Amino acid sequence: MIILGYRIPMAASLLVWGALWEIAGQLQVSFLLPPLSSVFAAMVEIVPTRTFLSALWVTGYAFIIGNFLSIAVGVPLGLLMGRSVIADRIFLPWVNVFLSAPLTALVPVIMVLFGLGQTTIILTVVLFAMWIIVLDTRAGMRSVAPSLAEMAHSFGASPWQAFRRVYFWAALPEILAGVRLGVIRSVKGVIIGQLLVTIVGFGALFQIYGSKFLMEEFWAALFILFAFAFLLAEGLAWLERRVDYYAASRA
Amino acid sequence: MTIHAEPTTSPATVTDCAVELRGVSKVYAGGVHALDAVSVDFPRGRLTSLLGPSGCGKTTLLKIIAGLLPATSGEVLVNGKSVRGPGPERAFVFQDFALMPWATVLANVAFGLHLRGVGKAECQDTARHYIAEVGLSGFDDKYPHELSGGMRQRVGLARALAVKADVLLMDEPFSAVDEQTRRKFQEDLLRLRAIENKTFVFVTHSIEEAVYVSDRIVLLSTRPGRVSQVIAPDIPRGDDVDAIRRHPVYLDTVDTIWRGLKRYLD
Repeated sequence: MIILGYRIPMAASLLVWGALWEIAGQLQVSFLLPPLSSVFAAMVEIVPTRTFLSALWVTGYAFIIGNFLSIAVGVPLGLLMGRSVIADRIFLPWVNVFLSAPLTALVPVIMVLFGLGQTTIILTVVLFAMWIIVLDTRAGMRSVAPSLAEMAHSFGASPWQAFRRVYFWAALPEILAGVRLGVIRSVKGVIIGQLLVTIVGFGALFQIYGSKFLMEEFWAALFILFAFAFLLAEGLAWLERRVDYYAASRA
Repeated sequence: MTIHAEPTTSPATVTDCAVELRGVSKVYAGGVHALDAVSVDFPRGRLTSLLGPSGCGKTTLLKIIAGLLPATSGEVLVNGKSVRGPGPERAFVFQDFALMPWATVLANVAFGLHLRGVGKAECQDTARHYIAEVGLSGFDDKYPHELSGGMRQRVGLARALAVKADVLLMDEPFSAVDEQTRRKFQEDLLRLRAIENKTFVFVTHSIEEAVYVSDRIVLLSTRPGRVSQVIAPDIPRGDDVDAIRRHPVYLDTVDTIWRGLKRYLD
């Protein structure tokens, strides 16, 4: 956008919204909306506290383990489904059901089975993240050019060599897209899991701040979470763009 | 009995043809009858073209020779041995190049050698040799998307040459490049054929291309494909490759084949 001959960056609108928020906060429109400046002040205040750091650690742990499991199971399952018609018939209906299901409703079931701890949170992350990874990996595998498969075969590649040297790389753009979408979904998974369990990590933090009407701290924690999720998604999108050139070139 | 009595002549008769097809038929799963009892020989060290109307099964036949497709019935003999799958004595050049877009020219050309467990240094030396032979010196570290269509097919050709197979199977290798590049390719193929002692099986739908490059032309009928004629145009291929297109035998052969194929159209 260009105003009066100056190029205005996209992020400039954030400043306008921030200013509006600050004014509304200073005018005390609602106790839910403290001034933005005091939210940032609260952010500086809560980040070094032990409650916050332990919440961050617990959340990060569940997030990383959950994502690791989703990728470790989802990518091989997707690759298998992309190659084998039988595996595809067996798993595809389930993958589609779980992909579209309102998974939040399942979290209480996991809670009953695995208790109110990290296991439940990790499984919630897996439940949210895995299916899109499976489906995208499967799509990537199915889009491998037939001539590339024939090429590997005709030059004498064993099934394992063909897989490791050709199919995996050919499917990589879709696999990375699946991982990116999975990671974004798993941010939802970890927070929904923690909110429902309510005594763990950020869930506990939101519970405390919310029930005590500590709105500055509440918003500050939320901002940190939003920023984290956004940076993560952008970082993965950047990685994905680096392999994009060959996804486009294979047609 | 005679086989044992004449040990010197029997291997000669066996190895006279690099590839022999014995009654090869192909019916696809959907019921499409692509090839019907094709029996034809491909003499060693010669360039034989498979030519026919579109849909006659020439690519199917090439893929059966390559071992990429199973024949419904019949037998494929390569160097006298019946084959069922791909083998190191055959290499394939693909119509759409089939290059790995994530790998450099060098890695693409070395692919076949790498799979055979050849050491890294030897892989690279051999690959560089054939990259130079197809005229791509200095492009070792480029990626396929940085090359033109013609250059990409040169990479595909170098990859097939690098594995030093006896038989080079080429599936309409020049059809995806522009006319001028194609002419250059055809000249290069003649030069290559002169220096590499290989048996070429060349699929094309272009009559002129087949007559220009081939020692023998196998004409296939419309579907189901049968061998309708085998032509061996006697055109001298001396130093002047441009003279070929003006040679009376070239012109007559093109004309004869066109008359033969015309009846299959419409």
